Amino acid sequence: MSLIHEIDYGTPASRSEKLVTLTIDGNEVTVPEGTSIMRAAMEAGIEVPKLCATDMVDAFGSCRLCLVEIEGRGGTPASCTTPAMPGLVVHTQTSRLKDIRKGVMELYISDHPLDCLTCAANGDCQLQDMAGAVGLRDVRYGYEGENHVFARAGTVANDQWLPKDESNPYFTYDPSKCIVCSLCVRACEEVQGTFALTIQGRGFDSRVAAGPHDSFVESECVSCGACVQACPTATLTEKSVIEIGQPEHSMVTTCAYCGVGCSFKAEMRGEELVRMVPWKDGKANRGHSCVKGRFAYGYATHKDRILNPMIREKISDPWREVSWDEAYKHVASEFRRIQYQYGRNSVGGITSSRCTNEETYLVQKLVRAGLGNNNVDTCARVCHSPTGYGLKQTFGTSAGTQDFDSVEHTDVVMIIGANPTDGHPVFASRLKKRLRKGAKLIIVDPRRIDLVRSPHIEAAYHLPLRPGTNVAVVTSLAHVIITEGLFDERFIRERCDWDEFQDWAAFVSSPEHSPEATQQISGVDPQMLRQAARLFATGGNGSIYYGLGVTEHSQGSTTVMAIANLAMATGNIGRQGVGVNPLRGQNNVQGSCDMGSFPHELPGYRHISDESTRDIFDKLWGVKLQDEPGLRIPNMLDAAVDGSFKGLYVQGEDILQSDPDTKHVAAGLAAMECVVVHDLFLNETANYAHVFLPGSTFLEKDGTFTNAERRINRVRKVMSPLNGYADWEVTQNLAKAMGLDWNYTHPSQIMDEVALTTPSFAGVSYELLEREGSVQWPCNEKAPLGTPIMHIDGFARGKGKFIRTEYVATDERTGPRFPLLLTTGRILSQYNVGAQTRRTDNVVWHEEDRLEIHPHDAEQRGLRDGDWVKVASRSGETTLRALITDRVSPGVVYTTFHHPSTQANVITTDFSDWATNCPEYKVTAVQVAVSNGPSDWQVKYDEQARQSRRIAATLDAAE
Amino acid sequence: MQSASIDIAERAIGIIDQLKGKEGPLLPILHELQAEFGYVPRETLPIIASALNISRAEVHGVFTFYHDYRDHPAGRHVLKLCRAESCQSMGGDALADRARELLGIDWHGTTPDGAVTLEPVYCLGLCACSPSAMLDGEVIGRLDAERLEEIATEVRL
Repeated sequence: MSLIHEIDYGTPASRSEKLVTLTIDGNEVTVPEGTSIMRAAMEAGIEVPKLCATDMVDAFGSCRLCLVEIEGRGGTPASCTTPAMPGLVVHTQTSRLKDIRKGVMELYISDHPLDCLTCAANGDCQLQDMAGAVGLRDVRYGYEGENHVFARAGTVANDQWLPKDESNPYFTYDPSKCIVCSLCVRACEEVQGTFALTIQGRGFDSRVAAGPHDSFVESECVSCGACVQACPTATLTEKSVIEIGQPEHSMVTTCAYCGVGCSFKAEMRGEELVRMVPWKDGKANRGHSCVKGRFAYGYATHKDRILNPMIREKISDPWREVSWDEAYKHVASEFRRIQYQYGRNSVGGITSSRCTNEETYLVQKLVRAGLGNNNVDTCARVCHSPTGYGLKQTFGTSAGTQDFDSVEHTDVVMIIGANPTDGHPVFASRLKKRLRKGAKLIIVDPRRIDLVRSPHIEAAYHLPLRPGTNVAVVTSLAHVIITEGLFDERFIRERCDWDEFQDWAAFVSSPEHSPEATQQISGVDPQMLRQAARLFATGGNGSIYYGLGVTEHSQGSTTVMAIANLAMATGNIGRQGVGVNPLRGQNNVQGSCDMGSFPHELPGYRHISDESTRDIFDKLWGVKLQDEPGLRIPNMLDAAVDGSFKGLYVQGEDILQSDPDTKHVAAGLAAMECVVVHDLFLNETANYAHVFLPGSTFLEKDGTFTNAERRINRVRKVMSPLNGYADWEVTQNLAKAMGLDWNYTHPSQIMDEVALTTPSFAGVSYELLEREGSVQWPCNEKAPLGTPIMHIDGFARGKGKFIRTEYVATDERTGPRFPLLLTTGRILSQYNVGAQTRRTDNVVWHEEDRLEIHPHDAEQRGLRDGDWVKVASRSGETTLRALITDRVSPGVVYTTFHHPSTQANVITTDFSDWATNCPEYKVTAVQVAVSNGPSDWQVKYDEQARQSRRIAATLDAAE
Repeated sequence: MQSASIDIAERAIGIIDQLKGKEGPLLPILHELQAEFGYVPRETLPIIASALNISRAEVHGVFTFYHDYRDHPAGRHVLKLCRAESCQSMGGDALADRARELLGIDWHGTTPDGAVTLEPVYCLGLCACSPSAMLDGEVIGRLDAERLEEIATEVRL
């Protein structure tokens, strides 16, 4: 094993199809027109010295090191800014160039510390490499002149010297080492799109600054790490590299945070993770990252991790550490006892959207083949189950239609109920790049998210609808498109069922769906809605990206179908730059759905009632599968309260914190006799558990994750599991204890079983993933290398299906007692229930959940910014601090759910999507009032949590 | 203090609103703010950033690039002496020393009575009449010790 070395071509690739041929150092090179000479040289294996160029950003031409000579032209042009032309004869090394480069390097080094041996970048410094490459041997100017290097010149303070900025928890900025190449500034602008950095001053006074008087942590910086990656010196350096030293080997793996599924190089020293560096060949992220994937991995070695299995008789007892064997035997005998006593269907399992496909597959197999029922569900129930349902009904496949690269070809983007800059930051950066190049943006969201307006990005239209009225608004958009004749008739006639279209068109055309009529419901300005609809229908390639703001409603599935209708009506399906794209929340939520985690579906979305599908598994597993769907999570909890459901195996999901109506979840868990939690930490659900099985992190196992674009990415083990076993091994051992004969020795064998049984995965194997890097399903005989874009020549179901989308108001309504609507969301630095990110330095950006409230509503209630407020709904109440902002409309309040002490889900209700039971997190009627401290529930809960986390002292500990 | 900064913000918003529709509005806005306040108050930078939908850092970068923009008020008069090559070769160094001696201040300094600020400038485009200077925006050619003394007296009247 060694460090993976990625070639840096110096400037981005040209997309031109026209080729030009030139000669560089005697080699003929043919490249696309518009390619720089620097890149053309690198393609021929000739590295031109450079300090201010990288292929992640456009050429800048400031370092004066990459100069070349071109026959017949005067001077020494910079190879990064000079395009390759047919017939050029270029020399990259001549005695004249050598002299110039050496002279330039001499100037750089005359104002740079000579502490290479003790420098953090030693061994990974481009400045050092270039000094070597040009043969720099001495610096004629000395080091005593004006400089940025030394704090003092003799006894006098040096005004040019600045101390290190160590305010960011993950990297340092040391101005004394800066060569002002502007790479960091350009990476922040072009790659990340935040524009948080600048060059302050001019000439010798020039230096990198994060805004006026700002330290990095107080500035606009979002800590994505693009600048650190671009820096050619030790000026911007990961603190982990400063502490540990340079890595010696690396492996490519996949981030375990959001559904973007970024590829990273895990750079290691032995089994110690030195840093995560985004991988340029990663097809989801193309070399970019966000603060979570790049830096927030410290939870993997956090002291809170539980490493030994534990058991207790009652949830009021302290935990008792036991051997793995004892834990497995205990679970097996308890589950058998419960099934004997309460019936076969009294137990079940929950698969994890954070674990690998292989692990998820095993958990559902354990439930179906081992427990003999279909009581298996996953957290997609509470996020994107309506996506699965809605897209299956309309298109025939339960997944997004595009790859992330598609955004580079879009002309009009509609974002509905998603906040990409916070929830899917790397996708947001790619989107912003396209927007800066001229694509138009429409945002449908109750809240003014960052994309509505932030540096160099401005939405053409923002439709700030009242929470819960998505169907009315999207149907109105269709009304405008149909009644104004803006639909794509040719596409519809060719690809969709024309009769169904006509029925639907008649439905949406009726006056009650006009924007003027739906304004009453949604509060959206009809004129603006009309203009947005016209733009989407006529602006070129139209793409729709949506998130949980669409699905987590009582009409979540209806909105998904309305979105699909809109895409079909405008002909925006089946090519690059268009499509319907659900932004999936968790790293493997797509995969967990694919792997048969739902009670009614076997892997590959095949209904459990389908005999031929069941037959495949019956034969392979040697069992007789039940033909009726099992219980969904909310049904399991209801059944538990009723006394008919008694045992649950939960892998990697914290249902107590993440599922709605916390009190009901708690009551359900408390009524069970054997709750098995398999997790990294004693999470909130574990407060109600009888058995705790320690989990492993994504760094500690092999497997695959499937991201929001259906891309199956490899997860690679870079360190041994601290707890001893990867999660798939734990599930397998549990299955063995239950008498199942499972003998997988590597996750690749599990994937082979998936491929054998599931047509859409038929072509997938680890060998293929190794060769191709990643593939997007369907991957089978028809598409041996996977399917980046779906429904190209026709829909998976045959003809696209238009479905009527009648708006039905949610039962959750505001009234005199609960006059405000609460909606929930996330923030950049935290992830989901926060179990991981709260255990990293990301807490500097978000140490608590706050309640956003409009100044008007705040004034009415006498609230000041930062006051403690009580938020009460029909379900319960909680307290948190207020943040007064006009990002939310009057009548709407907003909070995040990253911290267990907030317990935002105590207030959410048990209303849910009509088709899939996906909870209605996004709409809760609440009242907000001044408070002087935590609610009774919070106090009681904290006490209960503290009690239930006690671990009895073991003999080892006593010594 | 608070009301003063509200006043600055309001006046700045007026100026920004008037100019933000121009093509490349940032420099004209900074010029106009400096004309209005005699300097560009720091607290107006985020207001400009928000109005033009660019980042605070970008405004800061542009503002600090140009030496002409000030972040604090200057004296009632501003005297700029050219320190570039042509003027240096025509005796500019001696005039520069003399000016600092006459006014009792160093470069970028303002006399304690607030009468005058002395600044170096690198070329006024008046090389044919070196050494040259600029007083409150008016250029002066063929500067000599006598004229310099007159200026030093004038500005303190």
